[in-house]
Amino acid sequence: MSQFFTSAILTATVASGIQLAAPFLLAALGETLGQRSGVINLGCDGIMLLGAFGAYYTALQTGSLVLAVLVGIAVGALLGLVTAVVSVTLKAEQGISGIGVYLFALGFSDLLFLKLVGTPVGINQLPALKIPLLDRIPTVGGMLFENSVLVYLAFVLVPVVAFILNRTTFGLNIKAVGENPAAADSVGVSVTLTRYATVIIGSSLAGLAGATLLIETGIFQENLTQSAGFIAVALVYFGAWRPAGVMLGALLYGLTEAVILSWKGLGIIPLSLSDLASTAPAVITVLALLTMARRFRQPAALGKPYERGA
Amino acid sequence: MSERPAPPGKGAFDRGRFLLSWFAVPSAAVAALLLGAVMMAALGADPITGYRALVSGAFGSNYALGSTAVKAVPLLLVGVGICIAFRANVFNIGGEGQIAMGGLAGAAAALIVPGLPSVALIPLVLLAGAVGGAAWGAIPGVFKAYFNVNEILSTIMLNLVAVQLMNYLLAGPMVDKSLTGSVGGLIPQTRLLSKNSWLPIVVPGTQLHLGVVIAVLVAVAAYFLLWRTSFGFRIRAVGLSRDAATYAGMPVKRTITLAMTLSGAMCGLAGSMLVFGSISHRMVTDGSLTGFTGSAGFNGIVVALFGGLNPLWTILSAFVFAGLLVGGTAMQVVTNVPSDLIVALNGLVVVFVVSLEYLRRRARAAQTAEKHQAAALGGPLPEPEPAVEVHT
Repeated sequence: MSQFFTSAILTATVASGIQLAAPFLLAALGETLGQRSGVINLGCDGIMLLGAFGAYYTALQTGSLVLAVLVGIAVGALLGLVTAVVSVTLKAEQGISGIGVYLFALGFSDLLFLKLVGTPVGINQLPALKIPLLDRIPTVGGMLFENSVLVYLAFVLVPVVAFILNRTTFGLNIKAVGENPAAADSVGVSVTLTRYATVIIGSSLAGLAGATLLIETGIFQENLTQSAGFIAVALVYFGAWRPAGVMLGALLYGLTEAVILSWKGLGIIPLSLSDLASTAPAVITVLALLTMARRFRQPAALGKPYERGA
Repeated sequence: MSERPAPPGKGAFDRGRFLLSWFAVPSAAVAALLLGAVMMAALGADPITGYRALVSGAFGSNYALGSTAVKAVPLLLVGVGICIAFRANVFNIGGEGQIAMGGLAGAAAALIVPGLPSVALIPLVLLAGAVGGAAWGAIPGVFKAYFNVNEILSTIMLNLVAVQLMNYLLAGPMVDKSLTGSVGGLIPQTRLLSKNSWLPIVVPGTQLHLGVVIAVLVAVAAYFLLWRTSFGFRIRAVGLSRDAATYAGMPVKRTITLAMTLSGAMCGLAGSMLVFGSISHRMVTDGSLTGFTGSAGFNGIVVALFGGLNPLWTILSAFVFAGLLVGGTAMQVVTNVPSDLIVALNGLVVVFVVSLEYLRRRARAAQTAEKHQAAALGGPLPEPEPAVEVHT
């Protein structure tokens, strides 16, 4: 155990935890926007998968990671439009339609991978972007200020989303539509338009999350996300629909994963118990949900399609 | 989810409603298959050849039919479990994990008492599977009923826990110590399970085993449970309106917990059938849940929705979707289009079914309004519309 508490290993573990948290955070921030407006997007994991594949294929074809990320976002936006049509216009049961989107994306991403790529080839990594001066702070500098631009973006988006929700008209509309769509409608806020916007923006972030995960992994494979999108949805509940809370949840999840990985590497967790230890992040999330569910109230119209006069 | 694409009841012979209720679900399937054809064509394969290979691979011979029936077993059992949970308005997305826990519990029973005669051991391992799945389903049930934890999230988290538990148990306490893999380590699988636990083949020359018969009987029993017992009535009442059921003095929390537990039991039974009806007669893991379940935990949701959340229709629906899955492999061989296409199509079917549900509901509301208008002009009063068909 003592070898874990050396400066180098602690720094590496925290840094890897922050990196692992980034895709969860991006997807969960997007999901937060949708849920605050009353739409649960359970297809999040599927959108991440197809976003990741879109980014992967683009990176292979063009060699450009910038283009890859943009394609990931575009794929997310497109699937967001589909999700919005299904859950806002066609008023489908969101818990189930999301599973449909997930299944479609799970099959379709692997189908495309097998047909278009076949043999997996790695892609370039994004270089770590050191923030001048800050990266020289002992220990903390290495933890926080030597990451890829996508990781910074994820954390910068936390105050941005909070600002949108709390300080802009759009944010007020989102919350009004999520709490009391009939009242919002009666004062001229378009429930449909607001929900389309949040779902499409949220899904774009899920696509970006998929691209980020892909670039961190360096290669695509079947079911690359391993339910990361579902975990992101859980983190929204965990964070009580607030961006800062969602960030704490993503960090807790990422750091737990990183600590387990590090302990496995150091032999603190014996190989025979390795699988058992891997359950820790999910178990912690379930227990957290258990304690949070009683304390915070979800948006009143969450999961309920709006029908004028109904 | 107060309304389901249930098969039509007695008053179903208005043309519009008849068309929508009978054709909504099949048209969702046709739309998905058409999109599948487009995808095949886009990938450079001939869709007609592809679908022909699919149909003959699934239903073209006795052997194919037997394989399809065997493939339908976990789909049907999970589907029945989904019917029960969804009728109580509880979304059980944790089928994958519950199947794995059922398989593990069943395999453990067969490892502990391998010497029992078949008549005792087969019921024991199936029961153990059901109990394992029930336990894994009860957790999100209790969380939902008593702690208000969203069951979609807790079941998905428990899937993530179940896969690691399965990998741990099959590589550790339950591993077959006699066989090593190519890299020298132990293969994560149980030893060959007692012959007395194998599900006997019912139709010689095929793979069709006793599990097929049991699964159909379980589906029929679930139908009677839901529509002929007071417990089933409570499940549906809670599903229609939790508030109304509370007001009527029903034990709502207990009903939700039990519905989820029963749903888990069905999935666990499916897991047991997967182990004891398998060709290898071992429980094996490739590290993923899908490797063991074949995604039955998700596909069972498709099957149940397609069956209108009615266990009897789910029998037919399970057989059709099993055909798609079995035939998908044949399609892959002939057209070189990966059978992942079928997974994607399943997803589309789900999206289409739940989307069409709204149009169906709207058409129905329009009809009722029309009748009321007619009644206001002196015609007969329309009968009140039940929120969900009571039975078929």
